[in-house]
Amino acid sequence: MCGIVGLFLKDKSLEPQLGALLSEMLVTMTDRGPDSAGIAIYGADQNDLVKLTIQSPEPETDFSGLTEDLRKAGIKNASILPKNTHAVITVSSDQIDATRSALEDLRPNVRVMGTGTAMEIYKEVGLPKDVLERFKISDMSGTHGIGHTRMATESAVTTLGAHPFSTGSDQCLVHNGSLSNHNNLRRELTREGIRLETQNDSEVAAAYLTGEMAKGKNLGEALTSALDDLDGFFTFVVGTKSGFGVVRDPIACKPAVMAETDAYVAFGSEYRALVNLPGIEDARVWEPEPATVYFWEH
Amino acid sequence: MPVFDLATTELRALNQALHALDKSGASEDFEITNPRGAHAVAVGIDAPVNVTIKGSVGYYCAGMNEKATVTVNGNAGPGVAENMMSGKVVIKGDASQYAGATAHGGLLVIEGNASSRCGISMKGVDIVVKGNIGHMSAFMAQSGNLVVLGDAGDALGDSLYEARLFVRGTVKSLGADCEKKEMRAEHIELLTKLLADAGITDVKPEEFTRYGSARTLYNFSVDNFDAY
Repeated sequence: MCGIVGLFLKDKSLEPQLGALLSEMLVTMTDRGPDSAGIAIYGADQNDLVKLTIQSPEPETDFSGLTEDLRKAGIKNASILPKNTHAVITVSSDQIDATRSALEDLRPNVRVMGTGTAMEIYKEVGLPKDVLERFKISDMSGTHGIGHTRMATESAVTTLGAHPFSTGSDQCLVHNGSLSNHNNLRRELTREGIRLETQNDSEVAAAYLTGEMAKGKNLGEALTSALDDLDGFFTFVVGTKSGFGVVRDPIACKPAVMAETDAYVAFGSEYRALVNLPGIEDARVWEPEPATVYFWEH
Repeated sequence: MPVFDLATTELRALNQALHALDKSGASEDFEITNPRGAHAVAVGIDAPVNVTIKGSVGYYCAGMNEKATVTVNGNAGPGVAENMMSGKVVIKGDASQYAGATAHGGLLVIEGNASSRCGISMKGVDIVVKGNIGHMSAFMAQSGNLVVLGDAGDALGDSLYEARLFVRGTVKSLGADCEKKEMRAEHIELLTKLLADAGITDVKPEEFTRYGSARTLYNFSVDNFDAY
């Protein structure tokens, strides 16, 4: 099964509530998949600064003294904000690659969950309620976000196997379904130089979209290509720095409900996920069509 | 009138109260408020009771229904009226995939659109959809009638047995072994009754096209020998 949610705000006054709204949506979907949960949130863009969300199985050891170690390694403006097993490192945008390689040397157990000027990613094994509480997601504000609660089928129940997957700056994806041509695609994408961390099928879908957008396509065009190139079952919800997209495979057996008002666009695996949103009674509610790309841009 | 507010009452209490009703006698009408997309609302009723649901429901609403009339003032999630035996289920909004799947009898009316696989493997139910239906509808439908006032999606009636399909709008494509058929007097008569049962008065049965099984998949064809 798996449960997926997404919320793209149009009304700025709702931004302080994004984390709380998204958390409530995801917790409602808990019985669609209790293995692991995760969320990606797009917050305020900071001038010339980039955020790396990192994760460690031993956060106390790995995160202590990391700022100093990074500065010694030449990442001058590095600052770090630990949050449970994750931490957000902020560096100047021209030092992103240097930071990644410094991290590999300094803290080999640390994984980079995602990078971007606006996006942060938090995911762990466990129930949505517990995972979201660990990272205090309900206190977060932002413009849009996506979330996932997992019932694992294609790879192990681990932090790295949890969604959302991020394979490009400020890009993330959640997936309900299973792909059947992901091994071949993974080889092709690796050859193109896209970095993949897991054996998970959904990460390949994220990487595929990253590859297509790197060729100059916008999110909508990349999702349209995905309908031709990805084989299997999927309902995807995808975020970019300013965009939010949804696509379902042509068979469309993985459920999806959307709602739109003047204040937001919302996605849920089921209508239950949407019932607490403000003004849902008067929202336009519909089931996204099979093989049809939906996307919104700020 | 019993009112069950699902914001404060367990779903099980509602369904148990419905299951406890007299199978043949008259009952008071039931009202259900705040369903908020809950699954399995009003499933397994076996009594001639009227149930009104105020709001949208999730999976399998009114599944296995016998004799009851269930009205949803909202949208329905996947599998509404699945395996219905008799009675009537009315959805005032849209229905998600496989509405009326495997249903043996009764009448399912969807006033909005139905999505994919509407009436899949239907076994005798009558389904009337005022809007459109999605792809693979009436797949392997065995018996009963599917009436669509709007358009049908891809692969309508794929591998169809003896169900009758009536579509007023366009059909995106027909599934394997489904073909257009002539509308005879008996079909006009049948459709007149079905439309009346669904409370539709502004549409004429002559506006519909009938589709049914070409019956070429019923027996093994030696030309297909190489496929095995």
